[in-house]
Amino acid sequence: MSASDRRDTPENPQRRARAQTHLWVAQRLTAMVLGLAVLVHLATILVAVRGGLSAAEILERTRGNGAWLAFYAVFALAAGLHGAIGLRNIAAETIGLRGRGADLAWLAIGLLTAAFGIRAALGLYA
Amino acid sequence: MAEPACLKVSVWRGGADGHFARYEVPARENQTVLDVVTHIQRELDPSLAYRFACRVGMCGSCAMTVNGRARWTCRTHVRKVVGAGGELELRPLANLPVIRDLAADLSPFFDKWQRAKGHFEPKDAPDGAVPEDFAVVPPGSKARQEADAGIECIGCGVCYASCDVVAWNGDYLGPAALNRAWTLVNDVRDGACAQRLDAVAGDAGCHSCHSTQSCTERCPKNLDPSAAIAGLKRRLFWDTLLGRR
Ligand code: HEM
Ligand code: SF4
Ligand code: SF4
Ligand code: FES
Repeated sequence: MSASDRRDTPENPQRRARAQTHLWVAQRLTAMVLGLAVLVHLATILVAVRGGLSAAEILERTRGNGAWLAFYAVFALAAGLHGAIGLRNIAAETIGLRGRGADLAWLAIGLLTAAFGIRAALGLYA
Repeated sequence: MAEPACLKVSVWRGGADGHFARYEVPARENQTVLDVVTHIQRELDPSLAYRFACRVGMCGSCAMTVNGRARWTCRTHVRKVVGAGGELELRPLANLPVIRDLAADLSPFFDKWQRAKGHFEPKDAPDGAVPEDFAVVPPGSKARQEADAGIECIGCGVCYASCDVVAWNGDYLGPAALNRAWTLVNDVRDGACAQRLDAVAGDAGCHSCHSTQSCTERCPKNLDPSAAIAGLKRRLFWDTLLGRR
């Protein structure tokens, strides 16, 4: 495929450029959230495994713990969006997948991934 | 290491679907790659097409791919790049259409320079009128230093030919145009900042750059287009977050 075959065909270039800028900003913001969240996550793991790890022990910590649920919901949302936007960039550069439709699909994939993560957290909360 | 008496030069001939032709050129003590090309054209094959003007690193027209790397041929000594057996491989600049032989078509490069609004638009002087007074620009101010850092670009296209994102995305404006845009964003006399920032935002603009710095590494003027692009990203990040655009 030549470079010219891979061009986007924007209906309104300025609006498209703004939407693309928003995706970029979202990826940097979610990266910052992930950077912090990964540290908290690692610290939680270190604390949690002290003295062994059992299902009952985990559930005891997570059941009804609103702060815990809120943290993992934000974590999952950031990871889902960040990963999907990153894959969008890779797909654009390697297989030339570009355009508004693709962007909406990536957004949907990101939110869906986040929803799976949040559902898992809810399972431990409820 | 003994210098080989003869250079074995492979030169791209024809258009995009051309081929390499082989020439033997006498090796000399002090010889630039441009000297080698000129020798081939004058002594061996007058039909060879290539481009040069100043021969001293000022005009930027002699850039080619030398042993796989974009360089100014007039400022590249053969002994710095030649293979052990005297091999030299010359192609036109990458990421651009080939006109013929070693001449690449730079129109896309300069078109993108325009698309990035790479020209000065005087704030105080609409319609090209001469301003009433001189603008006062303190040379030590942060904005002026940012502009000065990138102002010496001569548009040779070496960075453009060295950037993978240009190869992957036909719309990407590329390091030189974005570097130029950043110098103008920092020019306090310029009145088109908002439009320029719009022009360099998004997938065709600064947001596709991965900060890999091939442009910075290869720029023969030692400019830092990668840092300029980071500046554009920073500016657009805060302008977007704070609703300034
Ligand atoms: C510590 C947390 C993380 C930080 C600080 C971080 C940071 C970044 C940054 C700055 C980029 C942009 C790179 C570029 O434009 O060249 C990026 C890209 C990317 N990230 Fe992350 N990331 C993190 C976690 C993750 C996670 C958990 C995933 C998977 C879900 C992920 C998947 C990706 C992908 C696929 C890309 C695209 C690669 C690219 O555009 O070059 N990242 N990340
Ligand atoms: S830093 Fe950006 S512009 Fe420079 S070569 Fe890398 S991707 Fe291209
Ligand atoms: S930034 Fe450097 S390499 Fe790129 S066009 Fe300007 S002078 Fe040439
Ligand atoms: S001929 Fe002018 S820069 Fe090389």
